[in-house]
Formats: sequence, C-alpha cells, structure tokens
Amino acid sequence: MKPDNRPDMTVNLAGLPLRNPVMTASGTFGYGEEFAEYVDMESIGAFVTKGLSLKPRAGNPTPRIVETPGGMLNAIGLQNVGIDAFITKKVPYLRTVNTPAIANFFGNTVDEYAEMARRLDDIPEVAALEVNISCPNVKLGGIVFGTDPDCAASVVAACRAATNKPLIIKLSPNVTDVVLMARACEDAGADALSMINTLIGMAIDLNKRRPVLANVTGGFSGPAIKPVALRMVWQVAKAVKVPIIGIGGIMNAVDALEFMLAGATAVQVGTASFINPGAAQKIAEDMETWLIENGVADIKSLIGALES
Amino acid sequence: MQFTAMILSNVEVSPGYWRMRMTAPPECAAARPGQFVMVRVNGAIDPLLRRPFGIFDVGTYIPAQSGAIPQPYMEMLYRVVGKGTAMLSTLHGSDLLDVLGPLGKGFDLGAADEEKLIVGGGVGLAPLYLLAKELVKGSKVRLFAGGRTRDDILCITEFERLGVECYTATEDGSLGECGLVTEALLRRLDQLKGRATVYACGPHGMLNAVAGIAAERNIPCQVSLEGYMACGVGACLGCVAPGHSHSAENPDYRCVCTEGPVFESGELKWRD
Repeated sequence: MKPDNRPDMTVNLAGLPLRNPVMTASGTFGYGEEFAEYVDMESIGAFVTKGLSLKPRAGNPTPRIVETPGGMLNAIGLQNVGIDAFITKKVPYLRTVNTPAIANFFGNTVDEYAEMARRLDDIPEVAALEVNISCPNVKLGGIVFGTDPDCAASVVAACRAATNKPLIIKLSPNVTDVVLMARACEDAGADALSMINTLIGMAIDLNKRRPVLANVTGGFSGPAIKPVALRMVWQVAKAVKVPIIGIGGIMNAVDALEFMLAGATAVQVGTASFINPGAAQKIAEDMETWLIENGVADIKSLIGALES
Repeated sequence: MQFTAMILSNVEVSPGYWRMRMTAPPECAAARPGQFVMVRVNGAIDPLLRRPFGIFDVGTYIPAQSGAIPQPYMEMLYRVVGKGTAMLSTLHGSDLLDVLGPLGKGFDLGAADEEKLIVGGGVGLAPLYLLAKELVKGSKVRLFAGGRTRDDILCITEFERLGVECYTATEDGSLGECGLVTEALLRRLDQLKGRATVYACGPHGMLNAVAGIAAERNIPCQVSLEGYMACGVGACLGCVAPGHSHSAENPDYRCVCTEGPVFESGELKWRD
C-alpha cells in the first residue's frame, strides 16, 4: 500500500502512464466534452474520441440502433466531424483536461490511415492513437482490414511509420482466429491492442418482415458480449507481449477486474456510458474499493493473474 | 443531471396510457416545455437502455406529514408499447426510479400577441401540456387532439382547465369529429385573422401533414420528434433525423436529443 493506505491504481500503457486502468470506449463518449457534466474527467485513466476520418461523415440512415436482450446493435455509420473540425472545435476542450485523450480513427485505404496518423501525430493534445481496423478496404473490393492479417499489418506498418505516439490497434472479433490478427498487428509495430470491437449482429421485426436497422446489420455491444470478449482477451494475452485494453460489456468494477485477470492492462467502458453517463468514474472508484477490501496493494498485480 | 426519483403516483388514465408523478430536484422541476428525461426502468440489464419520455408537467406538492414544506415534482405521460414501459406501469408509489434530465432543447414560446395552435396525436400530447400551461399566460391557445379511438385522446380535461379551447378528432369517430385532427386545424387556420404559431407532437405522419399545412400558409411551426436513442446526451448518435437539405448524396442529420427534440419544422426534411 501507498503511505495513505490507498492501493496503487496506476498502470502503464505502452509508455502512457494512466492514473487508473479505466478508459472510455470510442463512439460512446463523444469527444469528451459531452460528458463533462457527468464525469470528473480527472477520475478516469483516459478517454477515447469518436472515430475520426479525413473528411466528415454524416453516417447511416435510421433506425441506427436497437436494443436486444442484454445488449444493443448500432449502425451509426462512423458519423464524425472529420479531422479538420476535430482540430478547430474539439481539441480546445482536450487542452482543459488533465487526462490523456486518445484519438480513434479510421480510413478507407492504407494511405488514408497513414495520413490520419500523421495529422493526429501533430496534435500535442492527443496522447495516443487508436486505430479502428474494422473498416472495408475500398481498394481491395471492400475486404475488412481487420479480418485479414496482411491487410491489418499493412495498416499498422503505415501508421507506425507516421507517428511516434503510442499506437493502439482495435481488433475486430469477427474473425476465425483473433490470435493470428493480434500477432500480425504486434509484428507490424503496434504498441498495444484494444479488444474487442463490436460483434456483427442483426435484428428482425417479424411483423414488418424487415430488418430493424436501416443498415440491416450492426455492431453488437453490451453485457451480452462480455464472455466472448473475455475469452478473446485471455487467448491473445497468452500470445503477445504488448499490453491489451479489454473491452466488451463492462458494466461494473467486477467486470473490469475480470478483464484484468484475463490479461488486460487497462479496460474501456462503452455501452455502460449510454446507460449511466458517469459509469466510467463509478467503475474506477469501485475498483479501488475492491482492491482495498481484498488487500490488493497494486492493481498491476492483477494483470494476467488468472489462476488455472 | 442524474437523480433518484420517488414515485408519488402511477395511474392508467386511458387504456394503455399512464400518468406518473415523481419527486424531482428543483432543477428538473424547472424544466422548459418540450424537454425530456431518460428513465432507467430497473437496475437489471434487460431492459438495458434508458427510455426517453417527454415531461408532461412540473409543479410542487405538499407532502402528507403535518408542517411539511412544498416539494417539487415532475410528471410523465406514457404509453405501454414494450417491455420497458410495461415494467414502468407496474411500479407503485414510493418505488424509486433512476432519472437523467431534463434534456434537450424545448419549445420557443414566441410572441404573446398571437394565437397558439397546439396539435397532438395520442401520447404526443405528453410534452404539450407543460407548453400549454406556459402559453396560456399570454396567448389564446387552441388544442387539436387526435387519435385512432377515444382511448387515444388523453387528459383533455386538464387542458380545458387551463382555459385551452380543445378540438378532438378520432379516426373511428368514437370521440369528437370523425377523421384526422388536421382537418380541424385547417378550418381554424382558414378563419385566422392575425398571426399564429403551430406546435405539434405525435406520429410522424401527423407531423408531416402539420408541417406541410404550416409551410403552405407560411405560419411558424415547431415540432417535437421522437427518436430511438441510447444515451440522450448526444453520444450514441442513434436518434438523428434528416435536416432540410438532406439527400442520399449529401446527408444532413440532426441529433434529436441535443439539437432537438423540438425543431422548427423548416429545419427538417419532410415527405412531399
């Protein structure tokens, strides 16, 4: 224990020191400012912006979201303000907060990914980059970057060459072998892996005999996906050396701590922030309480400490 | 703001429609007409997401114990449509609810020296009562309430008590005129001498018709939209509505929860 008998909650994420392991997931926390009323930003480890692209994107037609038992599907369509408006309108807020802001981004080609990494590398307020590789490669007939190890590796290598900031790759779970993808990203220069992105799902309205979402399919998130995410984090943690950020249905401190046991160095809270905008702060506080109650002096001692 | 409300009453006012009164902090009881709240029906994960509800009324009540000082309350009018609202309807006085709000942009009350025409369809009346309560302070207010049957015409007596002149229409003729409420609105607009503003909330087809009528006559019109939303604070981007310049080639979406739920009808894209 530290002198004041509070446990050490700090973790180090690929050179980025975090006051605690709790981050917010991209697409569930706006650009940070939207949540300033509900979260003491300096109570969480880091926050991740909505996924950014070179040009602004308006997103998909509605319905864009639907609730399913224990989860939700979303097909927002990567709506975002674009990198230029991010710099002029959103970055000034990041300057006011003493918490690392991580920029999530995506592209349609390897060159676009590299260009985004260069643009974000120039922004001092951006502490690290998180790459969404769950997007179709328009030059390769729409094959999703994150489902092909060579495609993923080429994105990672291009981004690696464009930035010295910590480079986090967000893995898609919609693959046969997530370990193969994780290794390809690590070998290409990733500093950390965040996992998992949403699972592709679908909902049908029987009476209308139509899909509920205008986009037909959507990304499945929420507590229903936690077992899948835990399993994937556990598998990948055994296979790579880079730190892992565990994501998938984390609703409370217990969920978050389970991800750490499975091998995660940090976690991201996603859908839970929709239900309780203050969820990330509450989870960080409750994790500390759990450590105190269980006599754990340093949260780092839980990383990958799963007993078999 | 997020707060725990204690339910004071939860009453079925018409088959399938409920009116719930709950305690509220002063900030919530100061909600502007047209604002909404996000309610978590219970702490479990099914239903998972909060549900949005228009604020029907706010005020103060005097608790039962002697010498108690008046306390602020908030009311919602809701229709049981799915699992979440069905569970809400089973709650009783002294049960607790987790509430986020007031959220969104409310109605613009406009100038006092003009007629106010309020159009509500079914549970669309929910945010219009608080609006009427404010508008009657300075203007002549008329309400046009429509529904499929008499069961969909809600709380008319409350509007009448405010001094609002009420016109009702049902598609099956079981209450008021037989037909669409927009017919009654059109007749009133034909008699209109001075300036007026139209306010509407209800099914999208009704809003579409009202927006068209207002545009033809060049009368300002504000509509309150419903949106399927996860968060209510502008993060999920699930609840967007197409803006006036929207097209498949040049999409233009407005966020219902933070840019609305009330919009000038001219801000939005309507069917021709």
